[in-house]
Amino acid sequence: MNVLDFAHAFFSDTAHWHGYDGIPTRFAEHVRYSLEALLIAAAIGLPVGLLTGHYGRGGNTLALLATAGRALPSFGLLVLMFIWIGFGLLPVMIPLVVLAVPPILVTTYEAIRSVDPSPVDAARGMGMPETRVLLQVEVPVALPLILSGLRTAAIQIVSTATIAAYVSLGGLGRYIIDGLYQKDYEKVVGGATLVAGLALVTLAIFWAAARLTVSPGVRRGT
Amino acid sequence: MIRIDSVTKRYPDGTVAVDRLSLDIPDRAITVLVGPSGCGKTTTLRMINRMVEPSEGGILLDGKDIRQQPVNTLRRSMGYVIQNAGLFQHRTILDNIATVPRLLGRPKQQARARAAELMERVGLDTALAKRYPYQLSGGQQQRVGVARALAADPPVLLMDEPFSAVDPVVRKGLQDELLRIQSELGKTIVFVTHDIDEAIKLGTMVAVLRTGGRLAQFAPPAELLSAPADPFVEDFLGADRGIRRLSFFPTTELELQTAPVVAVDAGAEQLASRAGAPYLLVTDLDGRPLGWSEPDRLTAGAVDTDRLLPYGRPFVPGTDSLRTALDGAVLSPTGWAVAVDGEGRAVGVVSQQVIGEAIRTAHSRVAEQAAEHAAGQAEVKAG
Ligand SMILES: Nc1ncnc2c1ncn2[C@@H]1O[C@H](COP(=O)(O)OP(=O)(O)OP(=O)(O)O)[C@@H](O)[C@H]1O
Ligand SMILES: [Mg+2]
Repeated sequence: MNVLDFAHAFFSDTAHWHGYDGIPTRFAEHVRYSLEALLIAAAIGLPVGLLTGHYGRGGNTLALLATAGRALPSFGLLVLMFIWIGFGLLPVMIPLVVLAVPPILVTTYEAIRSVDPSPVDAARGMGMPETRVLLQVEVPVALPLILSGLRTAAIQIVSTATIAAYVSLGGLGRYIIDGLYQKDYEKVVGGATLVAGLALVTLAIFWAAARLTVSPGVRRGT
Repeated sequence: MIRIDSVTKRYPDGTVAVDRLSLDIPDRAITVLVGPSGCGKTTTLRMINRMVEPSEGGILLDGKDIRQQPVNTLRRSMGYVIQNAGLFQHRTILDNIATVPRLLGRPKQQARARAAELMERVGLDTALAKRYPYQLSGGQQQRVGVARALAADPPVLLMDEPFSAVDPVVRKGLQDELLRIQSELGKTIVFVTHDIDEAIKLGTMVAVLRTGGRLAQFAPPAELLSAPADPFVEDFLGADRGIRRLSFFPTTELELQTAPVVAVDAGAEQLASRAGAPYLLVTDLDGRPLGWSEPDRLTAGAVDTDRLLPYGRPFVPGTDSLRTALDGAVLSPTGWAVAVDGEGRAVGVVSQQVIGEAIRTAHSRVAEQAAEHAAGQAEVKAG
């Protein structure tokens, strides 16, 4: 039996498509954890990245925090949070957010910093208020990079959200963890395939979002 | 009027960019700030719209300190054009131009209509309206920059080396366009450049700054050329100052000779009557110049136009300056310049000697005027 056979066996078993342990339920749970983590991380990373980028201050502190954040092992953090807080969504969200904030924050900061200074100078010289300079001049031009930071964060969250299963929560990680425990390799492969599929869907969504929101003048017909 | 009153700018690192500068910038005229790199031109310009705050001294706009109104209100009343245009790459050309009217709260449709009007004013095809900046040439982008600065019809226009990043041909076009727009709109323009020729061409008044941000001379361009204040200004003006000065002398009073002009179908009798002239200018049947010839080389009724000598570049009396006339005479192998009317028909010829006389007359007239002016000033002081 190879991986493809495992996957085929998993997906063709109709029992896997129903009930509280069915694919639709687990998939929806996984998407929910991922979305929540991404929203929280963006709510922290975007404003801080935008403001530090705009005022050009705090770049070094950011880089330090980001490196520290990246160095923390998500699984270790999960265990720590579990011991500290116990069961629930919170011990899962914290490692996911810690994982996702650095790419969002650092990329947003860099994206704003790398905007051509002359339109910004022109905007100020025309009497544009600072908030508009940031939101209407810098962000539209920095948007492709900002989105790429969010995309990196989203992909990392999707693949790491499997750890939720360790603290008895749902999500696609259930198949992997339960499968390993039960030596049910169909389940392991099926779960892993679904996670990979969700990562691909995430990529597609970000690609579409960029098509919709980035001005053709910034995309330059590419 | 914009009055720069004893302004000094010291940057936090100690650099003195502008040193006790005082300038009265006249209304509805182009005032050029010129000088070597780093002499404080940009700093001076940016103090006018408060992009830079002076360390000492103040700036008055129509008698009022510019710090009396909110900074963004001040800036919206002053168009601002920078070197690489600084267009917003995510906005279409039309929306770029509509920026300030939108900031002022005009409805979108009205702002866009105004933007389209300005595209025409600055010589841009309105077919470009829906394009993005990257789809335009450097010269077109610069025009958009000027249109954007003019969109809210501000009384003041601040321009920092707006034409220095384009090639000489495009630059000349943009300069001519600016002069045309200025003759229609009559803005108070402060124009920064490091190119003295551009300063002389565009300026009603020219302020020459020296390194360290001190004013070397503030005068109309003709005066700058005829009476540079010191060796620094003289050196900055460059080598052919005498020739360039001729641009300010008119050709209205040049005495033209019509006798040496003959049409290509001239008969033997006519040719004989003109034989005294060293050269004859042959024109086509419409009167347009074809070239020079020695009289005895011409055959009546059958001029061989291939054997004519070139006639250089003709000038239009009254419109062109003595510089153009002299240039025409120097270019022509016969030493004579050809005068033409607006349609390009020869109206006469003039020799280098006569142009030389005209230059001397013009010089002495300027000297007289200067003396009278000085006497007048002395009287005012005495009285
Ligand atoms: N923000 C700043 N901090 C410190 N020094 C500055 C700053 N901006 C300009 N300077 C210095 O002030 C002096 C004048 O600069 P400014 O930009 O006004 O010159 P400029 O005449 O416009 O020169 P250029 O023709 O090269 O544009 C220079 O010595 C420059 O290095
Ligand atoms: Mg400058």
